[in-house]
Amino acid sequence: MTDKPIDLRVHQKKETANAQSKKWILRLYVAGTTTRSMSAISNIKKICEEKLNGRYVLEVIDLYQQPLLAAGHQIIAIPTLIRELPPPLRRIIGDLSDTEKVLEGLDLKSL
Amino acid sequence: MSIAKVNLKKKLMPENRRQLPKVLTGIEGVDLITDGGLPKARASLICGGTGTGKTLMAMEFLLRGARQFNEPGVFMAFEESTNDLIANVASIGFDLEGLITSKKVVVDFVYIDRDEIVEAGKYNLDALFIRLGAAIDAIGAKRVVLDTIESLFSNLPNPAVLRAELHRLFRWLKEKGVTAVITGEAGKDTLSRKGIEEFVSDCVINLTISIEGLVASRRLRIVKYRGSSHGTNEYPFVIDEKGISLVPITSSRLEHKVSTTRISSGIQRLDTMLGGAGFFQGSVILISGPSGTGKTTFMSYFADAACRRNERVVYFSFEESPAQIIRNMNSVGLSLDQWVKKGLLVMESKWPNQCGLDMHLFLAQEVIEEHAPKIVIMDPVTSFGNIANPRDVKRMLMKFVDNMKSLGITAMFGSLTPSGLPTDVAAVNISSLIDSWISLRDPESDGERNRGIYILKSRGMNHSNQVREFLISDHGVEICDVYIGAGGVATGGARLNMLAQEKALGLKLQEEIELRQFDLENKRNVLDSRIAAMRAEFAAQEASNLKMIAQEKTRRAQVSADRTAMGKVRNVDEHHTPVKAKRRSK
Repeated sequence: MTDKPIDLRVHQKKETANAQSKKWILRLYVAGTTTRSMSAISNIKKICEEKLNGRYVLEVIDLYQQPLLAAGHQIIAIPTLIRELPPPLRRIIGDLSDTEKVLEGLDLKSL
Repeated sequence: MSIAKVNLKKKLMPENRRQLPKVLTGIEGVDLITDGGLPKARASLICGGTGTGKTLMAMEFLLRGARQFNEPGVFMAFEESTNDLIANVASIGFDLEGLITSKKVVVDFVYIDRDEIVEAGKYNLDALFIRLGAAIDAIGAKRVVLDTIESLFSNLPNPAVLRAELHRLFRWLKEKGVTAVITGEAGKDTLSRKGIEEFVSDCVINLTISIEGLVASRRLRIVKYRGSSHGTNEYPFVIDEKGISLVPITSSRLEHKVSTTRISSGIQRLDTMLGGAGFFQGSVILISGPSGTGKTTFMSYFADAACRRNERVVYFSFEESPAQIIRNMNSVGLSLDQWVKKGLLVMESKWPNQCGLDMHLFLAQEVIEEHAPKIVIMDPVTSFGNIANPRDVKRMLMKFVDNMKSLGITAMFGSLTPSGLPTDVAAVNISSLIDSWISLRDPESDGERNRGIYILKSRGMNHSNQVREFLISDHGVEICDVYIGAGGVATGGARLNMLAQEKALGLKLQEEIELRQFDLENKRNVLDSRIAAMRAEFAAQEASNLKMIAQEKTRRAQVSADRTAMGKVRNVDEHHTPVKAKRRSK
């Protein structure tokens, strides 16, 4: 616990490096084609294009189609965006209309 | 008390059962006080503080549904992982893993890490609905438990959204036709911390745990049950290896069958005092008395007599171990261990503070159920006074008595009278429950304590109203009369003293009588001898007189003869001579 701040710094550096070089894997969980789902999809796409041009994979999962994944991936809120990679795992809930919060949640602010 | 019972009965047994449909929980006692279980296809809230048994009760509702009523169920856990739950319910005898494998139960552990979550825009809980829906559909669930859905409030942002979503969730559950149980952590002044009761309006059950004198006791109360009658009391319950059990209140109706069969107290003289035939079978007997008056001895005699009749006895002791009682009773000529060996006598010892009152009652009833005794002895019930207030003890004993009566079991309680109190005051005020009350006392006089026995009451029989003294020796209990004389009632040494005095007096009297008799005899002898002497004197007189008479006759005859002879000599006229001669002879 005592060396946590140091650890964090190291991580953040790594992540920044990762964000610049490696691929990002993002999953967006939606339920059907509601307006909220649709706007979440378009919001994240826009952010990704801006910040992670070409270095990301975005998988959109409709839980109505694959209901068992909700339990499997511990999803309760819709829409939920999960940053699978790079670690650590991040969850952002909501329609992603608050871009500031999304960037904060994804650690993309510095980019 | 009886009025309350009647009311309860009416409440539990309405005349026409036009109530909303219900599902049985399968939990002992709960179905009874809810008059048939929880509202079907609605949500019920179980709320209570930490460690009150909310999760367990919800889980039992689900598992019993799956096992007993063929109603599969979904357990959505927000606080404990599946493995934890499996381990927890294994301790109360449920094979959760087996039920999961056989697709009777689905456990979905909802894990939310608050630190991972960022809110960026509007959201809803559709995924939760989908999750739950998928689980329900997978096994055709009829029951759902959400434990504790309130924790969403601390893990997800935006409470307003959550509230709206929870409202939607409960509506949705209702539409799904599943019977739901929600658990909620009790708030400071509210039923639940986040006011979840506002979502669940049909049935709210509150669980509490209270500590009294180091002993915890659990209570359950139905706060509300819309559209249904229900018991309104706080019901004690216990959690043991069989899960939750509401302390049975099944027969809280004063409708016991009564027996006219009499059973011996084991002490002949006491039977005589009890209208000549002993106690009624199925009655409740109290033996009260100060310390050292022989309560345990009396109870052991009662047990012994029952075992001799080949009846089973359960003896609960709260102050002595079975071995100690057996040893002590050997000294008064009772060998209880033979009955223990034969399996007729079951002795259970527990410290009163080993568990709560209700647990005691529950455990006692389990032992009774197992052994099916004719007689149950509790020695002494007053020791419960150390762990609970008298009102609770009375309530507990009342339930116990009620159960014993409904089973036709004769119950005997020992009651320790604290020194300094009148002997007819029991420390625990249960006198109204008692059919036969034997009061033992130890009056002190002349530097010794003696034991007295008195039947304070014995319903339905013409019992003795006398105080008797009794002795406990190596031959057992011997009841004797007290000395009642000019000097009042005496016991013990005083009684013996009185008896000795009486005996001395008697001896003296006896001597006097003998003396008088001797005197009388003497006088009679004197009289007799006097009579004999007089008779002898008389006889002598008579003899002499008779002799004189005879002599005179002889003489006169001689004279006459002489005269005739002389006349002849003088030639007197034959005719006149006799007259003259006669005159002369005179």
